[in-house]
Amino acid sequence: MKKSFATLAAAAIVAAATPAMADLNIPSLSYRTGPYAPGGIPYADGFADYFTLLNERDGGIGGEKIVVTECETAYNTEKGVECYEATKGSGALVYNPLSTGITYQLIPKVTQDGIPLYTPGYGRTSAANGKIFSNVFNFPANYWDGASVAIKYLLDENGGSLEGKKIALVYHNSAYGKEPIRTLQELSAKHGYELMEVPVDHPGQEQKSQWLQIRRDKPDYVLMWGWGVMNAVAIQEAANIRFPMENFIGVWWSGSENDVLPAGDGANGYKSLAMHGTGMDYPVYADLKQYVYDAGKSAGAGDQVGSVLYSRGMYAAAMIAEAARKAQELAGTSAINAAQMRDGFEALEVTEARMAELGLPNFGQPFAVSCEDHGGPGAAMIQQWDATAKKWNLITGFIAPDDEVLTPLVMEDSAAFAAENNIAERCN
Amino acid sequence: MFYREAGDFKTSYVDDSQTFPIKFDRWRYYAVLAVAFGVIPFLINDYWANAVFVPFLIYAIAAIGLNILTGYCGQVSLGTGGFMAVGAYACYKLMTAFPEVSILIHVLLAGGITAGVGVLFGLPSLRIKGFYLAVATLAAQFFLVWLFNKVPWFYNYSASGQISAPERTVLGHAVTGAATTASAKYLFCLVILFALAWLARNLTRGMMGRKWMAIRDMDIAAEIIGVNPLTTKLSAFAISSFYIGVAGALFFAVYLGAAEVGEAFGIQKSFLILFMIIIGGLGSIFGSFAGAAFMVLMPVLLKNVLVGQLGWATDLAAHVELIIVGALIMGFLIVEPHGLNQLWRLAKEKLRLWPFPH
Repeated sequence: MKKSFATLAAAAIVAAATPAMADLNIPSLSYRTGPYAPGGIPYADGFADYFTLLNERDGGIGGEKIVVTECETAYNTEKGVECYEATKGSGALVYNPLSTGITYQLIPKVTQDGIPLYTPGYGRTSAANGKIFSNVFNFPANYWDGASVAIKYLLDENGGSLEGKKIALVYHNSAYGKEPIRTLQELSAKHGYELMEVPVDHPGQEQKSQWLQIRRDKPDYVLMWGWGVMNAVAIQEAANIRFPMENFIGVWWSGSENDVLPAGDGANGYKSLAMHGTGMDYPVYADLKQYVYDAGKSAGAGDQVGSVLYSRGMYAAAMIAEAARKAQELAGTSAINAAQMRDGFEALEVTEARMAELGLPNFGQPFAVSCEDHGGPGAAMIQQWDATAKKWNLITGFIAPDDEVLTPLVMEDSAAFAAENNIAERCN
Repeated sequence: MFYREAGDFKTSYVDDSQTFPIKFDRWRYYAVLAVAFGVIPFLINDYWANAVFVPFLIYAIAAIGLNILTGYCGQVSLGTGGFMAVGAYACYKLMTAFPEVSILIHVLLAGGITAGVGVLFGLPSLRIKGFYLAVATLAAQFFLVWLFNKVPWFYNYSASGQISAPERTVLGHAVTGAATTASAKYLFCLVILFALAWLARNLTRGMMGRKWMAIRDMDIAAEIIGVNPLTTKLSAFAISSFYIGVAGALFFAVYLGAAEVGEAFGIQKSFLILFMIIIGGLGSIFGSFAGAAFMVLMPVLLKNVLVGQLGWATDLAAHVELIIVGALIMGFLIVEPHGLNQLWRLAKEKLRLWPFPH
């Protein structure tokens, strides 16, 4: 026991010296290591750079500096719990863990601790029902929206009918990858296509057998719910079996440059969902260049600027900043706490005019959050990879999801959660 | 000077066969218990409970379990993660099916169910040994993870395949769910660990433990002197799996609160616990504690030093952490192949002779 106590004592000294209360403390549970780092790094960079911009250009939000404390989770739920506990004591305002597994774990904890949890485009889909999930926000779009948008796009491609078609879902065999299955099953009953489920186990570096199965069963379309190295491997394997790339659609987490570049020309024509624009053609980049990049204050290596996931990290940061502004306005003080931040999220309304003011015109969809609806409109676009220009091109506008199918599913799943955990409905 | 048998007279057989024959050891043991039960619960906060103590206590249970099988009975197992998953899913099913029953009973029942599964997968050990058995248990690992992913009944048909622990209480205090206080979590795990460690220590000192060790040291010789390999090996599998199942149930219900099988109970968990007992020392209860402490606390400590104190970038720190922990493991095993427990034993030998080493 002697040794363990010595270690404990040392840890005690260290833990006591964690950073003191900051003005606006926003922890970033990021992952820059492990098999999911290709997705985690650009997101964390974009997230941090946007707050650096606010600090440098505007002196923070409402005069309060923002402190972004990074904590490495390696996409691992145990480390995620440790990071949450380590950072919440310093007055954390909001969590954005970029991991569906960690999100599931944090939902009861943040609800208990009164801290909002913002999971744009990931996490627990049924958290869109604000009546049950008071502290969780997943606007502007979630997995089920994504699944529905992909099917709607395919319906359009096929003149309104998917009768007799076969659609394969290649998914990460985890909570994240399984999320869309129920929606796709419901939609298959409605539209008459056949759904084929192809799970890929963590971390997804080995997919020969899955793609062999796809080659044998010849689905008309392949949808993918992948993340990290799994994406790049899947696109490479699809190219190897000469699967027509234009019939291969990834969710927005399977549509970044890091996923398609390794496959080279083979990835040409690959499509993915997009819940926001991408590239550097937005006015905000002029400010970022002036205040952040040229000042040498970029997060990480600074080589991810303008990529899809960098844009997404920036988008998440911008929405958090907007919510903080709203919270300051509602609370009448600039030094807000987590409960006020939550109210800010719930009252958040982002219009196209506001996005243009932020330097992001035509970047994302306008939405308004309410007590009942934490999920936003859920529309998404389709983008396609051009391997010669090394560029994503948007090929559709925003497509709205099929709420007729999704709303009952959200209600059913959130009601099950409420029953299991004895939660009463709010907003009545 | 203080650490010696001299002057400590034993006047009965009970005294003579006690766990800690040296007075100083006994007092140290009581002091550790007093601190663990009487001091820490009043000082503990969420961070200390969730990042340090609760994982340490739970991994210690799992390490004791694996040590019974591998360290005492000599049956190498790589199925620990899978057996923890059995404990977790059994606990989840019981918790949701019988919400009014105390969680303590569910945890113990989950251990019992895991014991049954462990015996089933222990059957091949009667025919195969060593590496071949390791491969058979590896199959158990992959099969169990696949099973819990594949059959929706195990996760109550939830959309994502995640299981999450609802609030359950012991004597009116919540020990699972988000409202649990740090000290309730800690005490619940500590009580179970204390009871199980005490039981394990006494089992291994008794006839059962001697049978296990006889099988471990040379199974043919053991059979000749009358040790039944069937009951001995299967009892080791059953008891080991019971411990691991309890650890899995606690890991899911008390520590994580939500889990998905591939991530929380994958093959890396089997290796982690195997490393714990190798570093701690095979065939020793203290070694299980030391190994669990080393593998749980070292990364947290290094992270706090490198990121919190020195202000390094998180990715650099994470990579350096892997290098340091890896180097420490190799260093320890080169200096002392029998693990931390052997270091402790040598220290005790030295203490006995001190201050006159010759």
